[in-house]
Amino acid sequence: MFGKLTLDAVPYHEPIIVGTLAVVGVLGLLLAVVLTKYQKWGYLWREWITSVDHKRLGVMYIILAMVMLIRGFADAIMMRTQLAVATGGAEGYLPPEHYDQIFTAHGVIMIIFMAMPFMIGLMNIVLPLQIGARDVAFPFLNNLSFWLAVSGALLVNISLGVGEFAKTGWVAYPPLSGITYSPGVGVDYYIWALQISGIGTTLTGVNFLVTVLKMRAPGMSLMKMPVFTWTCTWANILIVASFPILTGALAMLTLDRYLGFHFFTNDLGGNSMMYINLFWAWGHPEVYILVLPAFGIFSEVISTFTGKRLFGYTSMVVASGAISVLGFIVWLHHFFTMGSSANVNAFFGVTTMIIAVPTGVKLFNWLFTMYRGRLRFTPPVLWTLGFMVTFSIGGMTGVLLAVPGADYVLHNSLFLIAHFHNTIIGGAVFGYMAGFAYWFPKAMGYTLDEKWGKRAFWCWQIGFYCAFMPLYVLGFLGMTRRLNHSDNPDWNIWLYIACVGAFIIGLGILCQLIQLYVSYRDREKNRDLSGDPWNGHTLEWATSSPAQFYNFAVDPKVEELDAFSDMKEKGSAYRKPAQYAPIHMPKNTAAGFVMGMLLTAAGFGAIWHIWWLVIASLVATFVTLLVRCYDNDVDYYVQPDEIERIENAHLAGVQQATIKA
Amino acid sequence: MATTVLNQSHAHDNGHHDSGGNTLFGFWIYLMTDCLLFASAFATYAVLFMNTAGGPSGHDIFELDYVLVETFALLFSSITYGFAMIAAQRQNRPATQLWLALTFVLGAIFIGMEVNEFQHLIAEGFGPQRSAFLTAFFSLVGMHGLHVTAGLIWMLVLMVEVSKRGLGARTRTRLGCLSLFWHFLDIVWICVFTFVYLMGSL
Repeated sequence: MFGKLTLDAVPYHEPIIVGTLAVVGVLGLLLAVVLTKYQKWGYLWREWITSVDHKRLGVMYIILAMVMLIRGFADAIMMRTQLAVATGGAEGYLPPEHYDQIFTAHGVIMIIFMAMPFMIGLMNIVLPLQIGARDVAFPFLNNLSFWLAVSGALLVNISLGVGEFAKTGWVAYPPLSGITYSPGVGVDYYIWALQISGIGTTLTGVNFLVTVLKMRAPGMSLMKMPVFTWTCTWANILIVASFPILTGALAMLTLDRYLGFHFFTNDLGGNSMMYINLFWAWGHPEVYILVLPAFGIFSEVISTFTGKRLFGYTSMVVASGAISVLGFIVWLHHFFTMGSSANVNAFFGVTTMIIAVPTGVKLFNWLFTMYRGRLRFTPPVLWTLGFMVTFSIGGMTGVLLAVPGADYVLHNSLFLIAHFHNTIIGGAVFGYMAGFAYWFPKAMGYTLDEKWGKRAFWCWQIGFYCAFMPLYVLGFLGMTRRLNHSDNPDWNIWLYIACVGAFIIGLGILCQLIQLYVSYRDREKNRDLSGDPWNGHTLEWATSSPAQFYNFAVDPKVEELDAFSDMKEKGSAYRKPAQYAPIHMPKNTAAGFVMGMLLTAAGFGAIWHIWWLVIASLVATFVTLLVRCYDNDVDYYVQPDEIERIENAHLAGVQQATIKA
Repeated sequence: MATTVLNQSHAHDNGHHDSGGNTLFGFWIYLMTDCLLFASAFATYAVLFMNTAGGPSGHDIFELDYVLVETFALLFSSITYGFAMIAAQRQNRPATQLWLALTFVLGAIFIGMEVNEFQHLIAEGFGPQRSAFLTAFFSLVGMHGLHVTAGLIWMLVLMVEVSKRGLGARTRTRLGCLSLFWHFLDIVWICVFTFVYLMGSL
């Protein structure tokens, strides 16, 4: 009846896990009580869960990312404290089988369920507005993609309380992840969480590519698109070109584990290196999927807050494209030690180093944009400056690792760990933080508190260097990754410093939570009346804050790059048309949420071999899809009088803001 | 959100601003992702096909004349689907249904023959668990077979749609998507036939 699932699967003898579950349970109960007390369940269902509005989906993606950031950070602080305690032969407080699950969960959560939703959330909120579109090409599909991402995140977190998570590291290399060496359900949780959320990501890539290629405002040629839209477009091209490879690799691992196939096994001709090749043929483009949109954010932030146009727009677009193409021919640098010939390793070493060239172009463009500008030191700018220094260091250590000879020494050492945190935190995460502060008023209608924003930035920045620079040293001292405890007195001091650094980053996250609270408390004072708080260049700032649900009452006519600055200069911004036409809008739908939850059940069933649950959920998913496809009541029209009322309120807000200024 | 709602969905035929162009284009991009999924399976087959682990090689188990019949069933089904599309553009409902039914039969013959081939191999002890070569073979060919099966189910759904709702713009867009899908699977099969069966029989 319940497959492999028995009551023993709940780890009630582990105090740390039981404590965590208790806290989550209490918080969940508290949330439910608050929602019931203020009668917000209906509001939540009608306006958010079933919403097909890209801006609301974007906000929900970012909420998912922030929750997962806290979960992933909790894993990080446990690892750092364990390593600081477990020196000189001490065992520490985390036994190896628990510790292994923690570092695996940390990697999976931070990449797939924190960074990806954060990036996709910002793209959702901003991209359709930047190109002057009413919505994405397929609004229902967008809602479904979000719930598939949630589905994967749910499975990872269910593994905390029911069964176990993978102990293989976030890459899950076979034969370790094969059924022989990982007979438990941990790897199955990993497989289905990634598979379900990965399909959602692929659909997002398709959706946004069609949106960008087919739904731009009249006059906006490709080379007049805002630079953030361009970098997201490159990222979406990478998504549709690389995620199918992950889908394939995971499906093969599934067949090995469930049906006794021999793709990656040690016996009967299997080849585990094939998995590693396929994994990184997805995995390397994936890091550019994360960082390219961040590059776009820095470009928008720097050009806005210097009051200048971006230096070298064309070279920025071309450099992003070059990074995207090169990103596909470097995957082997993740396993130089596999034993390919020197020529193969040399090829991949050289292509890897070449990526530093277009990245360097971008850095110089940002520097030249700042040159002779009047930089306003707001939190988004601080994140950008912090990025420029931090990411440069990460890039240089990356070029160092790209030398195959050096890599043989540094492979799987803490030097590598320091390097990729240096680029992913210093590049991608700092970028999302900058974008979060920059576009927050567009999503929520009021600006974030700057004082707490600056405190958060400095804690993150100092904490980052304190936590990760010691890891470079430890790498040179010979410490490898995924160690549970150590017995080398030379390492101790660096492990202590790194632990302190992690706590300083924790203070940064605390500052961000306080910032959210303070900003919400003072929201009336910080309300963004004009919809254009930073004197922006691009079309999202032409809408009110938060943007009207239909985005634009009239299709904006684009003549130049930086369309909104151009309109403000020519005096054509905020012009009221003689009359408004009805706007065609999609209706909200429960189908995406229902399908996401059904697929969570199917995944859970597959993990525990509860086959009736798998079959029933899949059939129900298919029926839900059919019902949705043959539902004729999926759209409506917004009438001109309602549009006029909303637009007049915006124009009045603009006037009021002008008088204030 | 909106307070004034005017439901015009029945006022004009399937008037959902049917963005058929966007749908077809989006579906085409999806097909490219599917193409890469097949590329991964082909690459894996290329790496593993010599690893027979003492079991049979392709030369030992492939029956080319049998597979040729299978192949022609699928290729002809692409032609008949083409005729179905022409009939749909001419708003000829009975002809559309007839050609779709014929396509369905040819596709079902293809799948039936493939299942039969798999069954025989497994009965002889040459199942996918026997060696890495057979794992890769069953997975690549089977993945194509699953796609064709999904296409057949989709075809049934659309035949019901055509009979109940006629050949409106939205239905024609859906027929167009399935058409892309069906021809795409044909092209993939030509690659399977060439790289797996023909080259494997050498």
